Parts: sequence; structure tokens; C-alpha cells
Amino acid sequence: MASNFSIKHQPGFTAIAATCFVVLYLPIIVLVIYAFNAATSTSEWGGFSLKWFQSAYQNTQVIDATLRSFQIGAIAAVLSTIFATMAALATTRTASYPGLTFKYAAINQPLMVPEIVTAVALLIFFSRIKIFTGYSGLGYLIAAHTAFCIPFAYLPIRARLENMDLTLERAAADLYATPWKTFRRITLPLLWPGILAGLMLAFVISLDDVVITEFVKSGGQDTLPTYMLGQIRRGITPEINAISTAFLLLSVAIVTLFFFVSRKRD
Amino acid sequence: MATAEEVAKAAERREVRDRWLLSAPALLVILLAATGPLLIVVVYSFLAPGPYGDVKWQFSSDAWTSVFLERDIFDDTLSLAAAHVTIFLRSIKLAAVTTLATLALGFPTAYFMATRSEKTRDLWLFLITIPFWTNLLIRTFAVLQIIRNEGIINTILLKLGIVSAPVQILYTDTAILIGMAYVYLPLMVLPIYASMEKLDFRLVEAGYDLYATRFKVLWKIIFPLVKPGVIAGSILVFIPALGAYVTPSILGGGKNMMLSNLIELQFGQGRNWPLGSALSITVMIIVMVALLAYVRNAGKSGVRHG
Amino acid sequence: MPDKPDRNAIEVVNVSKIFGSGEGQVAALDKVSVSIRENEFFTLLGPSGCGKTTLLRLIAGFDFPTAGEILLYGQDIAPLPPFKRPVNTVFQSYALFPHMTVADNIGFGLEMLGKPKAEIKARVAEMLKLVKMEALAGRRTGQISGGQQQRVALARALAPQPKVLLLDEPLSALDYKLRKEMQIELKRLQNETGITFIFVTHDQEEALTMSDRIAVMSSGKILQVGSPWDIYDKPAERFVADFIGETNFLTAAISDVGNGKARATLKSGATIEATVAEGFQPKDNATVVVRPEHAKLTKDKGDLSGTVENIVYFGTDTHIHVRLDSGEAFTVRQQNTRSAGFGFERDDKVGILIGNDAAQVLRD
Repeated sequence: MASNFSIKHQPGFTAIAATCFVVLYLPIIVLVIYAFNAATSTSEWGGFSLKWFQSAYQNTQVIDATLRSFQIGAIAAVLSTIFATMAALATTRTASYPGLTFKYAAINQPLMVPEIVTAVALLIFFSRIKIFTGYSGLGYLIAAHTAFCIPFAYLPIRARLENMDLTLERAAADLYATPWKTFRRITLPLLWPGILAGLMLAFVISLDDVVITEFVKSGGQDTLPTYMLGQIRRGITPEINAISTAFLLLSVAIVTLFFFVSRKRD
Repeated sequence: MATAEEVAKAAERREVRDRWLLSAPALLVILLAATGPLLIVVVYSFLAPGPYGDVKWQFSSDAWTSVFLERDIFDDTLSLAAAHVTIFLRSIKLAAVTTLATLALGFPTAYFMATRSEKTRDLWLFLITIPFWTNLLIRTFAVLQIIRNEGIINTILLKLGIVSAPVQILYTDTAILIGMAYVYLPLMVLPIYASMEKLDFRLVEAGYDLYATRFKVLWKIIFPLVKPGVIAGSILVFIPALGAYVTPSILGGGKNMMLSNLIELQFGQGRNWPLGSALSITVMIIVMVALLAYVRNAGKSGVRHG
Repeated sequence: MPDKPDRNAIEVVNVSKIFGSGEGQVAALDKVSVSIRENEFFTLLGPSGCGKTTLLRLIAGFDFPTAGEILLYGQDIAPLPPFKRPVNTVFQSYALFPHMTVADNIGFGLEMLGKPKAEIKARVAEMLKLVKMEALAGRRTGQISGGQQQRVALARALAPQPKVLLLDEPLSALDYKLRKEMQIELKRLQNETGITFIFVTHDQEEALTMSDRIAVMSSGKILQVGSPWDIYDKPAERFVADFIGETNFLTAAISDVGNGKARATLKSGATIEATVAEGFQPKDNATVVVRPEHAKLTKDKGDLSGTVENIVYFGTDTHIHVRLDSGEAFTVRQQNTRSAGFGFERDDKVGILIGNDAAQVLRD
């Protein structure tokens, strides 16, 4: 009897994997389909329509929250990526030195603490500062987002740096490049895909945040996710489906970009 | 002129200084807007609640007492705070079950992905990455639409005549569990896949060559080698699951609270910031203990390869 | 050609390099001194961990010595950073910049030196011609073969006209045939450019074929410096004799030392003439080395006698392993000819003739 013995086969694994992929996508697909539902109720199908997208677009609260999300996300992503790049340069490709472990721990600290705890801590801390300074603008949200985005931006940048051949920089120094020129001409260009990946990761993480924003925001500072949370708690309308669909589209676009940037090998 | 050794020492000192300067902005931001405030939470947990939220600046251990105990209004005796204990236990149980469920589903999925051809592997990875990057709130909302009484599951069950009335899934612990397993599954798959991708399948061949069965190969060769990924995945799922806020808020309704909802309550209607602070610290301690136990266990039997 | 051929390009004076501190201290280099002449092809040869790459890195400036001086034409360069030393390196991994073209790689050093664009362009063209890579000037370095990368790395390091070129096992990544080609190519480049080459390798054959002089290193020390002929035929120490080529070690009593010659009485009782270093004191249990190709088998009585243990065929020649009557092992290498067989078989009793001038007495 000729049977092909596959060393990679494990019984049932493929079935479980297939189920996982279907289950991961099914709810999202249903959500998107109902965004195009003409009926007001979300439980029956009333024909294809774009009216919920239109209604979301005309909803100034939605537009305000979206713009605020982008504003916070963009600033926090740029700041955290710059800081994370500097930190990655300071913590990689070196023999251990005093304080290195501390730096690792500090940079990854936001990942190690449940979001709710950080949220509460920031609520307390910022409410004190608000009383003290009288300032209650977007600065608090931007600072909080920058802080928790740093470990995410740090991840791909550090990975890229560690895979980078130190001899290249040594070769540049050997060819009369000063340390600054070596950084500009060799390190930075080679690190660029990692930095871009970090930037995108940070932007998405900021855009997705609910918990910390919910606790830190002052009145009228809703971001898109906190606005949506409020709406969902009040009851569901297909408008939420429409907003979600648009949001999804953006996420997919960014992740596609990220995927190509971070997979790029040279 | 300085000798080579002096120059080398100076260069080393300069490098350490530069490395501190470079990491200063990141450390400062994290200190100000993440780590530092945690210390203030500790201070707040030892103060008395203010009448309209916030605190009164006087020492009080009441907050800590009432984390697990409650004082009888009439005779001042202390008894176990049943409500808090229930929420603690439920949160830990739900987080643990979520971790196990995502592991049971995620391990085979990661294995499946890692055993594809090199070209299609990227596609599978992409498919796992999309949900990972998609807003958690949106994904929870998507689950809500599936499992609610008018949702797709109940509609099908009713149409097929399997049930006569919609099955109540929403606003139960099961709903929270389904939701958390759904949203955190990619967090389990990705690190396991990262370990699995590096797995040298010649070791598996060697295992079969030495008379191991499929199960023995899985358990004695593959699993120990990808254990770092499994541990990373479990940590990545357990920590956010224990402190989950969005999923229980949406899928658990008002009654099925988890720790984060209890904490939120103290800062909202409860107006007991010290208790909220004490509860937060307690959550953090649980996470730290779990982390330490896991890391220690991993250090004992962890296998490095590559 | 320089008017003073014996001028030293590099002088390494009492250089030590210690890694780590306290208990874990390792001396990668232990008070090493060596002079490298202008214009020569100088090779640092030794097994991995002998300190050869460390010495090269100290000359390049990637590390600083713990003690000692490194003089480049009389000036101490040991405290200078690499970008201030007129010395360039060809790296083992080539270290070509992946985000630049071949031409940009070659021009990088000149650009960093702030040379005018026209000069850089001309020099790059010249270098491309020198390494025969004109056709691929616009390619990315990832799009060319290993051998071509090697040429680009060479051109890049030569372009700024360094006073000394350092080569860190540059041929080790190439396959056998390409390596042979590049050995000749390197020798040609050195002749054409007239630049001093310091070449690091663990491959003794490479060292013997290419070098003007070789320094054999072991455990952070230089054991012997000399021409390939000196190193091969007159090894001063057991390590050198053992590391380079195959060799036979025989115990002998040394007498009548004088004029670089001595009388060696072998355990078999036979007496042969051996070369010896100046100042050697006669003694009873010295070691004498004989290269396998400098001995011959005979069916009659020779200087040594023994039994054939094994015969190994190598294509160009055959190695015959003999167990001497004294118990020592001895290998004879014999050139193969087209006519089959050479008349010996396993377990044959044989005699061994040692050629005139074939034996060398080791220090100690």
C-alpha cells in the first residue's frame, strides 16, 4: 500500500485553523453587509442603500470625532516614533551597560500594565494638573497616546536594527565617514522601513484606543472610538455599521501598507 | 597626546552618555504619562474619598479594607465583600478561560500557517494581521451583532426550528468569553507563529525516524520548541483580558461586571476614588504575580533554539 | 617603486588587547610586535581565536589597544578613530551598502573625504576598470554575484588610495575555483597599485601562495615571521610546523651544531644532517621535523625502518603511513605517475630515506 506520510500533518489542525479563519472574518463581513442595509432596524434586510454612510457623513459629531482621532493619532504617532527610534538606537547592538535592563523595562512598561490601570492613573494625575494649570486641551490625550504608542513603535524599529549588520557602519567609518555622516548615509536609510512600520503601528494603536481616551478626555473631546462606544451603549443603528466599515477600510489600507513595508527585504 | 587606552575609555564613557541622552525623551514621556501616575494611584489608595469624587488629603486605609471586605453599617463588623470577590473571581476565571480557549484554537492555527509553503505563508499571516489591526471596539461590535437575540445565530436557529425562542447569549459570561476569545485570538496566534516559523522540521523528521507517533512528535518535539511563543501569546492575551473594559461593557451589559467596570464605577457613580485606586493596584498585583509565575516557569523549562 | 624598499609601513610595538575585566579577562593579543614593510603582501596566519583579526581591527581602528603603539609611517595611529586613518578594509562579509549602486559604493570613501565630483567620477571609473566591473556600475549590490561583490569591495577599499589595505579573510565566502582565481587577482592588484596589503587568513595554502611574508599567530602571540619558504621549510616551533602543511616529528639527539647545521642522531640509531637556528645548544631529546615529501620509501635499509600501516590515494600523490620500529608514526608522500602501483602494500617492511637538508631542528 502506498501512502504518503506527511511529516507536517497533525490530525484536526487544518480543520481548527479553517474554523478560526472563518470565525475571524464572518462577524466583520456581516457587519459590513449591514452597513449597506436600507432598513432602519439592524435585524432585517431592507435592500441595498448608502444612506447610512451619508447620514454618518452629515453627522457633525462623527466628523468632529474623526478629525480629532486623526489629529491625536498623527501627532502621537510622529512623536512616539521619533522617541522610539532614538530609544532603539540607544538600546540595541551594544554589550550590556548599566541601565540597559532598566530602559527595556521602562519602555515596555505600558504593555505590562492593564490599560484600565493606566487609564485610572492618568485620570487622577491629569485631573490634578488640570486643576493646577487650568489647561484642559488635547495635550493630555496626546501625551497619553504618545506614551502608550512608544513600545509599539519601538518594536519594529528595534527588530530592524538588530538584524542590521554592524559591519556596514564600520565600513562607512573605515571609508572616512564621521559618526553623523554614517548615521545619515547608512544607518537611517537602512532603518527607514522599520521606522515607517513603527509609525503606522503607532498611528493605528492610537486610532484604536478606547479605554485610556475614555478616562482622560475632557468634555467634548470624543474620539471616534469613544463616540462609537457611547452610541453602541445607547442602542444600535446601522449608522454605527457604516462608520465601522469606513474605519475598517482605513485599517485594512494601513495594514496592507505596513505589511509590504515591514516584509520588504534588501 | 592621549594614549589609545585613554581614548578608548573616553569613547566608552561618551557612548554610554549618548545612549542615555538618546533614550531620555522616550523614558521621560513614559515616566510622565504612564509609569509616574501609577505611583500617584498608590498614594490615592491610602486617602479618604472626597464628597464629589477625587480625594480628601487625609490618611485612610478604608479603601484597602473594602477591596475584599465590607463593614456592616450597624455593628461595624467586617465580612467578606461578596460582590467584589465574585467580580475578582469571575474576571480571573474569564481571563484564564479566554487564554486557554485562544491557545487551543491559536496553536493549531499557527501550526497550520507555519506549515504552508513559503509563498502562501505571507498571505495567511496577512489574514491574521488584519483583525489584529482592526479596532477592538469594532470587532466587539461585530460579535454583538452576531450573538444578540436578533442576530444571525438566533435567526438561523429559529428558522431551522431548533429553538422556539431566541437563545439569550448576550449579557452573559458566555458572551464576554466569546467576545474576548474572538478579539484576542490574533494576539495568541502571532507569537506562536513567530516561534513556529523558525522551527526546523528536520527535527520532526528525526522524531519520526526515532519511532515517535504523531502525538509524541507534537508533544515532545514541537511544543517544547515553540514554548517561548506560547508563553508570549498567553501573556499577551491574559493581561488585556483581565483588565478588559470594552468587551464586558458591550457584551456583558450592566450586570456582568468585570474588574475594569468595577473600577470605572468607583470613579463614576461610586465617587470612591481611593477604592478605585486600591482596586487598580490589586489588578496590577495580580498581573505581576501571574507574569512572574509564568516567566519563572518558562525560565525553568524554556528551550532556546536557533 | 619606492626608493627605500625597506621602509616600514606599519610598526606594531608591544601591543596588548585585553577583553573583559576581572576574572573573565582574556588577552586577545599579548605584547605583540611586528613590522610590516612598505609595499609588501603581508599575511597574518593562524587558527580562529589566535588574535589575527583583533590585530587587524586595531590597525583599522575598530578597537583600541589596551597597551602599546601602532605606528603608520612613524606616527602613532592607535588613538585615532577609523575615519581619521588612511587605512581601508575589505571585510569578510564585504559589507557593501545594500541601498547604493556599485559605483556609489566605490565612490563613498572619496565622497566622505570631500573630493570634487569630477575627481570621484574619474576615480570610480578607473577602479571599475581595475576590477573589471565597468558593465555593472549601475547595479545594486544585491543584484551581483559573490565574486563580483568581492571585486566591488576591493575597488571600494582601494579607491581612496589608502596607505595600507587590510583584508579580513576576504576569500572565505567564495567557492574553491573562484577563490583560486581571486588569489591571483589579488596578487595582480597589489602589484599594480603598489599598496601595502595586510591579509588575514586561517588557510595556510592561501598564505603560502600569496604572501611576501607571513606571521604565524597562536594564542595572541606571533610565533614566527618569515617568507613562505622560511615558514614551510624552517619552522621554528612545533605549532608552526604542525599548523602549516603536514609534517613528521622525530625525537633526536643533536650534536655538532655550527654554521646552521647540526648532526641529529635518531632513535633508530641512524644519523642525519639537519638545519638549525643560530645559538641552538646541543641536547639529547630535541625534536626534528621532516616534511612527508622530503622522505622516500625504500625496500632496503634506510635512515629509518618500519611497517606500512595504511596507504591513502590523493590523486596527485599518495600518502603512505608507516609505523616506525621506534613506535613513532611517519608519513611519506609520493608523487603518483601514470604507471600503476609503486610496489608497496600494507604490512610491508620498509626503509625510509630522508633527503639531504630535509630535516629541521625545532627550538626547544
